[in-house]
Amino acid sequence: MIVVLFYIAAVIALAATVAALTRTNATHALIYLIVSLLAVAVMFFLMGAPFAAALEVVIYAGAIMVLFVFVIMMLNLGAAGEARERQWLAGRSWFVPGSMAALLLLEMLLVLGDAHGVTSGTAVSPKVVGMTLFGPYLLAVEIASMLLLSGLVGAYHLGRRFIVRRGDH
Amino acid sequence: MSELGTITFGLLIILAAVGGAAVLTWFERRLLGIWQDRYGPNRLGPLGAFQVLADMLKLLTKDDWVPPFADRLVFVFAPTAIVVAMMLGFAVVPFGPELYVLDINIGLLFFLGMTSLAVYSVLLGGLASNNKYALLGGLRSAAQMVSYEVFMGLSLMGVVMLTGSFSMRAIVEAQQDLWYCIPQVLGLFTFMIAGIAESHRLPFDLPEAEHELTAGFHTEYGGMKFAMFMLGEYLGLILISCMITTLFFGGWLGPVLPPLVWFCLKVFALICFFVLLRAAIPRPRYDQLMSLGWKVMLPLTLFNLLLTGAVALWMEG
Repeated sequence: MIVVLFYIAAVIALAATVAALTRTNATHALIYLIVSLLAVAVMFFLMGAPFAAALEVVIYAGAIMVLFVFVIMMLNLGAAGEARERQWLAGRSWFVPGSMAALLLLEMLLVLGDAHGVTSGTAVSPKVVGMTLFGPYLLAVEIASMLLLSGLVGAYHLGRRFIVRRGDH
Repeated sequence: MSELGTITFGLLIILAAVGGAAVLTWFERRLLGIWQDRYGPNRLGPLGAFQVLADMLKLLTKDDWVPPFADRLVFVFAPTAIVVAMMLGFAVVPFGPELYVLDINIGLLFFLGMTSLAVYSVLLGGLASNNKYALLGGLRSAAQMVSYEVFMGLSLMGVVMLTGSFSMRAIVEAQQDLWYCIPQVLGLFTFMIAGIAESHRLPFDLPEAEHELTAGFHTEYGGMKFAMFMLGEYLGLILISCMITTLFFGGWLGPVLPPLVWFCLKVFALICFFVLLRAAIPRPRYDQLMSLGWKVMLPLTLFNLLLTGAVALWMEG
């Protein structure tokens, strides 16, 4: 049962990702990307990682993608944007990224050839994830938080410059 | 509960929530009427209760029109997102010791995920309408929801810390001796405000502020699609009330009366309180709303988190 559900979610994730790449309308592409992230969340859940699944929905699908949509709204691309997108997606530009992705796929198939089953069989509870993150992987958490802090400072700086310039007029 | 029983119960909850949302449209207007010293809809049936049916008939018979300049696919999809997300949110609410659809150890996160997905409804509705008022409404709601979501999740972490679990049932059972509304009063306050902002109801209905944006994100919507947005909003109100009941007011816990009755009474009281807020508080200006979120509520939530953490460590010794 779980295996069937897993593969359904996997197919949805793949199809949605392909659609997200090939849509010329930015809004449609983003919706497909959100669907793809949700499908990945289902896969995480089925693989016994409910906490990762929940975070995938809350953070990626629910917050980061909202910001993407926000930016698209600000840009309000319309028909001109679609035409440009179509030009970018045409013919030759697929060759290099396509062949690189194919190589990666080949490598992954080789690696996965030995593996059996999709689930580990054990569910990892949120508590265990927390203990691991703030135990052996504390350094990674700290580095990530520093990165976020620098991003915050950068955003503050950019916003501040804007306010000063507007005050000059 | 057996698998079939769970499915039946889930369907029952959805029906009850939708019915409740429908009745709430009338109940809210009557209650607002009382508090604002006027009548409200009182013509049809006892106390005007048949107003709900009349409204439904009106919405059903309206022309279900999609503007030619709109992005048709997204335009039709947008209103369903909020309804589906809100209905799914009810899955993790424990209505009684044995009355629940889903008891998973990420229950609370599941709820947060569903509320954050509901945002897309407003966003995509505003974007697909291809109308400047709708777009402005959508933009506002995106900024508002993302800002308020940040401390919505954080404000609940105090409760999680005291319980030691994300499971909703465990959270209720941990409140046997003392409801969390007392040790987590700051969390309750911030979560309540974030909850109203997330369901974008007055006084936080800037995305649709009718005096400046016509009707914001649903300017172009009519008929059943508009009804879906309204349904989603009222479902959101009920869901937030259920959540506050579960997380801060002991859920189904209470003396004498059966658990489900206690739960419903608490939810009802909270809904009345939200209606009172709508009647009493004017809409803030947009920049006031944003600075309230980032400069007051977020630091307050972080302070609560720090305090709860310190006390929890101190209690452990």
